[in-house]
Amino acid sequence: MMLEVSDLHVYYGAIHALQGISLQVGEGEIVTLIGANGAGKSTTLRALSGLIRPRAGKVVFRNEDITRKPAHEIVKLGLVQAPEGRRIFANLTVAENLEMGAYTRSDRKEIEASRERVFRSFPRLKERYHQMAGTLSGGEQQMLAIGRALMSRPTMLLLDEPSMGLSPILVDEIFAIIQEINQQGTTVLLVEQNAYMALSIAHRAYVLETGRIVLSGTAQELREHPQVRAAYLGDVAEVQEAG
Amino acid sequence: MHYLLQQIVNGLQLGLIYALIALGYTMVYGIIKLINFAHGDVFMVGAFLGYYGFAVYHLPFYLAVVIAMIGCAILGVTIEFLAYRPLRYAPRIAALITAIGVSLFLEYFSSLKFAFGPDYRTVPRPFTEIHWQIAGTTITNTQVIVAVVVVVLLAFLQFLIYHTKVGKAMRAVSFDHDAARLMGINVNTVISATFGLGSALAAAGGTLYAVAYPQIWPFMGIMPGLKAFTAAVLGGIGNIPGAVLGSLLMGQIEVLTAGFISSNFRDVIAFSVLILVLLVRPAGLLGQAGPEKV
Repeated sequence: MMLEVSDLHVYYGAIHALQGISLQVGEGEIVTLIGANGAGKSTTLRALSGLIRPRAGKVVFRNEDITRKPAHEIVKLGLVQAPEGRRIFANLTVAENLEMGAYTRSDRKEIEASRERVFRSFPRLKERYHQMAGTLSGGEQQMLAIGRALMSRPTMLLLDEPSMGLSPILVDEIFAIIQEINQQGTTVLLVEQNAYMALSIAHRAYVLETGRIVLSGTAQELREHPQVRAAYLGDVAEVQEAG
Repeated sequence: MHYLLQQIVNGLQLGLIYALIALGYTMVYGIIKLINFAHGDVFMVGAFLGYYGFAVYHLPFYLAVVIAMIGCAILGVTIEFLAYRPLRYAPRIAALITAIGVSLFLEYFSSLKFAFGPDYRTVPRPFTEIHWQIAGTTITNTQVIVAVVVVVLLAFLQFLIYHTKVGKAMRAVSFDHDAARLMGINVNTVISATFGLGSALAAAGGTLYAVAYPQIWPFMGIMPGLKAFTAAVLGGIGNIPGAVLGSLLMGQIEVLTAGFISSNFRDVIAFSVLILVLLVRPAGLLGQAGPEKV
């Protein structure tokens, strides 16, 4: 297993946000973590990236215990996150944002090659290269957030809500690129509220509800699971009422 | 007319020195949203280190400046590490009160006999003073040296912040700590670098101040520190060009008030201008108004 999370507990003050999460991601997989707002999806990714300290549990990445490692060292090991809400550096240019993505690397030629690869996936970023990132549209910012994460040449990419706030056409585009990135050899853990899209590209999936994993299986199995169909793939009005 | 020109030249000298101090306030605020009240005292330590360098140990002036800068960079990094880092996630008021504590500590520790001592010291000139008459205005070599040193340091800072990896990381961290962490940036290192850089600039300012206004003592940092802080707010705190602009304005306001109204009013008018500007532009002259990020 590339990533093994066992019995992870995270607290925000008195709130028990993650109540014993266990999950695995194998090499070359796209695994998705779906669930409603507030289920703990982002918290899980934040804990994996070292942005919050879990109170208990263990995170092992490529046979190394990274549970208590600082965030910047986790990036160096190849576990890289494109966070929720994009979090691009609006006060930096597109070029500088990509450069920050490659912060842990010093091999200029290789960085140049990564940049070319990012441009092939997101030609729009090349057009906007010298623009301040804050002036990009939402879709372009998402492209930049993913492109920036790719600049570190990750072994495994953590994506938090890449579809958030994007038009359906852009969502299709972004998901096609995620699939392509995966086919080029990057393992992906995808957190999504858009369960339909996530299950359409993932190999396996976990369903998170109030800090616990309640279901898991192949994407195919979960697509057909009555509980998933009702809560995450069913009628929109019904989901909103439930959520 | 000549008198006005003369005052503007004098104001420029003061404003340029304020700029070196204001940059430290604004960079530290930009990166950890802390008003580092001890910064004026780092400036004072810089003045003393510079004084020891060229007046006591008779080092060449440029070397004295460099040593003062290195000494204060170490001091700034140490202050951040010991006093502010443990409070990084504490409420802001805790760090603010700690900053005032550090400020008092530096002032009173420096006043101890085995440190700098409590007395005023007169600073001998590190070089013979030359006066030039240009268009009826007297310009001294001290003023020229102040201007050259400040401009060189500003150019260096500009280069560092916009064209080096650590500078870009500083801007990234000042925008979003967590996102910077996710890039593999060691945020603590970048914050240390910011304190070191800001303190080094203040030290250069302190040494120049000691040459231009040749009297130093352990409490000399309070007023220039406050003025430079005001200048940083005037220009838009967190904004680097704003700090320079605010400082230049502050220098002019002070010197022109002293020259044309009364030197008793210089501080009153300087701070009144701050209040007026903030009433019209709450984010400062070059600051971007907007909701604060959470």
